[in-house]
Amino acid sequence: MSTYTSVTDDDRAAMLAAVGVRSVEELFRDIPEAVRLGRPLDLPAGLSETEVYDHLRALAARNVSAEDEVSFVGAGMYDHYVPALVDSIVTRSEFLTPYTPYQPEVSQGGLQVMFEYQTAISELTGLPVSNASVYEGPSAVGAAGYLAKLTNGRPRFVVSRGLHPHSRETLETLSRGYGTTVDEVPLAAGVTDAEAWAAALDSDVGAVFLQQPNFLGAVEDLEALAAVARQHGAIVICACDPMPLALLKPPGECGVDIAVGEGQPLGNRLDFGGPSFGFFAAAEAYLRKMPGRIAGETVDEDGRRGFVLTLQTREQHIRREKATSNICTSQALNALAGVVYLSWLGRRGFVELGELLLQRTAYARERLARVEGVALLHEQPVVREFAVSLDAPVERVIERCAELGINPGYPLGRDYPEHPNGLLVALTERRSRADIDRLAEALGVAVAAEREGVVEVGA
Amino acid sequence: MSAVDVRQTAQQRESATTIYEKSKAGRRAFVPPPVDVPERPLDELLPARFRRTVEAKLPEISEPEINRHYNRLSKRNFDLDTGFYPLGSCTMKHNPKLHERVAALPGHARLHPAQDPKRAQGALELMWNLERALSEIAGLPHVSLQPSAGSHGELAGVLLTRAYHEARGEQRTKVLAPDTSHGTNPATVTMAGYELVKLASNADGGIDLDDLRAKADDDVACLMLTNPNTLGLFDPNIEEIARIVHGVGATLYYDGANLNAVMGISRPGDMGFDIVHFNLHKSFTQPHGGGGPGSGPIAVSNRIEPFLPRPVIVRGEDGTFDFDHDRPKSIGRLRGWQGNFGCFVRSYAYIRSLGAEGLREASEIAVLNANYLLARLREAGVAEYLPVAYDRLCMHEFVLSGAPMKRELGIKTLDLAKRLLDFGYHPPTVYFPLLVDEALLVEPTETETKETLDAFADAIADILREAKEDPEVARHAPYTTPVRRLDEARAAKQPVIRQPL
Repeated sequence: MSTYTSVTDDDRAAMLAAVGVRSVEELFRDIPEAVRLGRPLDLPAGLSETEVYDHLRALAARNVSAEDEVSFVGAGMYDHYVPALVDSIVTRSEFLTPYTPYQPEVSQGGLQVMFEYQTAISELTGLPVSNASVYEGPSAVGAAGYLAKLTNGRPRFVVSRGLHPHSRETLETLSRGYGTTVDEVPLAAGVTDAEAWAAALDSDVGAVFLQQPNFLGAVEDLEALAAVARQHGAIVICACDPMPLALLKPPGECGVDIAVGEGQPLGNRLDFGGPSFGFFAAAEAYLRKMPGRIAGETVDEDGRRGFVLTLQTREQHIRREKATSNICTSQALNALAGVVYLSWLGRRGFVELGELLLQRTAYARERLARVEGVALLHEQPVVREFAVSLDAPVERVIERCAELGINPGYPLGRDYPEHPNGLLVALTERRSRADIDRLAEALGVAVAAEREGVVEVGA
Repeated sequence: MSAVDVRQTAQQRESATTIYEKSKAGRRAFVPPPVDVPERPLDELLPARFRRTVEAKLPEISEPEINRHYNRLSKRNFDLDTGFYPLGSCTMKHNPKLHERVAALPGHARLHPAQDPKRAQGALELMWNLERALSEIAGLPHVSLQPSAGSHGELAGVLLTRAYHEARGEQRTKVLAPDTSHGTNPATVTMAGYELVKLASNADGGIDLDDLRAKADDDVACLMLTNPNTLGLFDPNIEEIARIVHGVGATLYYDGANLNAVMGISRPGDMGFDIVHFNLHKSFTQPHGGGGPGSGPIAVSNRIEPFLPRPVIVRGEDGTFDFDHDRPKSIGRLRGWQGNFGCFVRSYAYIRSLGAEGLREASEIAVLNANYLLARLREAGVAEYLPVAYDRLCMHEFVLSGAPMKRELGIKTLDLAKRLLDFGYHPPTVYFPLLVDEALLVEPTETETKETLDAFADAIADILREAKEDPEVARHAPYTTPVRRLDEARAAKQPVIRQPL
């Protein structure tokens, strides 16, 4: 058994004497007998450090990670390279082990990081105010919905089917609590159906939700869709993949009121889905209703520049049931990774990386479209992800590719039954032309094998 | 400020400079891999109307300078690895280094959340094992790891309550919570569309049973409770509370922020709770990261189980694991993917390291340390200025009132807290719970030594002695920190929340 305590027998005796009790047991005398466990927990016995390491190592070895295969899976989380610099900084105990910066005099490091992070997110989104981060992407969409509800109280949300399925489901879960209904607008030719969008809007719609690029990788005409929503007085909320924002017109310039998104692509590892961070930026008007922590600049009593958590009258620990959100955890460490990563990419590097993704994605899309039995699912502009449709059962094709050490993408069937054999293919800078060529080859072989199989079964 | 050395420290002389202010056109760190595919004109791939015209004004800076910038910034933080951090209700216990190593194994760190469960069996087994362990610790049969933090777990719990009542055809409107509750409780109640009804505390710091009986009716959906509560006291009437709440058909919700007092000793499920959230970043030592990430799994009873968030982990007869998405009564998702897996790895490693015996020992020592520190602070010279709010044995934390100190010595709890910074300590939680005037909520945790607790108690005594002679010293503290007291009013009045560029 490992232990992290340090009370010796002598310590215990002295401490109990000081307290004035005879045993540790006596300290628990307020707990009624009937609610005491009275037996050891039924858990495996404690292990030494080396045994725990071996056990965890063995479990990890039973996963096929992006280290073990050539992966084109994205769908909101991406296998970007995390620079060693990020690891080195986020593992510093001064960033890893403090609590939320309640004592600003001894938390200037963390608070300044928040301020720098907020600046970076504001630059990426083209919106003036950013909080210090929220849990992750889909719950950030949910939090934006609640902000809209607090702002105008209208009874209905309209979401594009291009919004990440997890975001749509999270929004529904949360909005059921406060009684707002969610209507979905379908996609047409890979993007939000403009006619259905206009038809769904009315003066009872509190907010609309879009994603850029949308879940199928397509670049939406954000300006046009936002303009229609604004005519009806709806708040425009857009979930964004931060990486394409290197190239795309920022949501703040497209009529978007609140931009949120999954921050994982920015210097955070995949970690099987978390922890990462959600970013949350908005127009000035929402500053005093925003959820989450916000760092602000000020001076100390000698006039030195410093940073504090600010606008705390929004928050639960002051406002309790009148708070604008119950969120009291930002994702400070993950947001730190985000701002270090963005600084490492730098002003030019961020754009260059975006352009590299754009070029490789275009190549991959064209290359895959030439494979027998593979067709583009839509022809809209894309940045780093695109969708194809296979003329074979997609799950079986994925199995065949896995045998070749390739994970070809995310199967769309569960979330989009209208595309039962759809496959979402994502690129990062870690997937070279040679990898793309291997993917095309493997897909070709797998699809062909499955089609033959189908013929055999039919014969 | 009379007797105090006012020379500036090196850190104080260095004025804060942001990474943007260190930027210089033409500098860079990242070099992209080559464009190894036939390059096509930008306009062809992405029409100009969709493109940015001005690039995001990220800094231009070299890797050595980024490295130095953030390393220097880190030294402007106080951290748990360096010093005592008795922040009440936050359980700042040691974060074992092993956990960072196992979380960083590529099989965990580079595992895509959409990986087919067939090729993520190690991760699913880890999650399954963690669920089983948390279930045993809570005394409740079913667990969802999905919520991202305690407050997220609370929201899940109240939405589960709503789904449970609605499935029985009931529309209840109110949720009860004591006046000592964490601020997230009432905020959650509002977000879930309920009206909050506050319960009074009795003279012993527990729930006022008469008030509870008066307010518990058919409109009540749930009572949210922390036990031990935020005063560090175990409510001995818990069985009666559960009877009253269940008697009107409501659910009983356990805020697990204070679980560190009772692991292996008493289980929320056995106390009658229907829904529990855990804070993996408190009891199970996920590092706090300067304010996140956290993780807030929930455990529930059988009657709540059908409504758990989707997906749930299932184990097949052949011992393989899978995600079950087909859960028609589920409240749905609360976030993307499966939760904060990286936190699961750390907390699972912790539970496997300690085992049943070690977890119980952790709680026992946490309670012993708290009572010992309280005993030290009851000594002459301290107790008359900082009396304990409820004069009983405490659990893992306790509340002092700074009201006599303010009255007799002319320094507030805030001043004491700031002066503690000069002594190299992180102060306790201050001005919470709201019920106690000038409150200090102190939680030493089990991983601190007797020597540390003694030194902390001595520091408090020293500060009080100093205040007796000259209260001005504490009133203007701290003196040795990278910055001194900050103008928070100014920050809120004229918010500057990003760098103008």
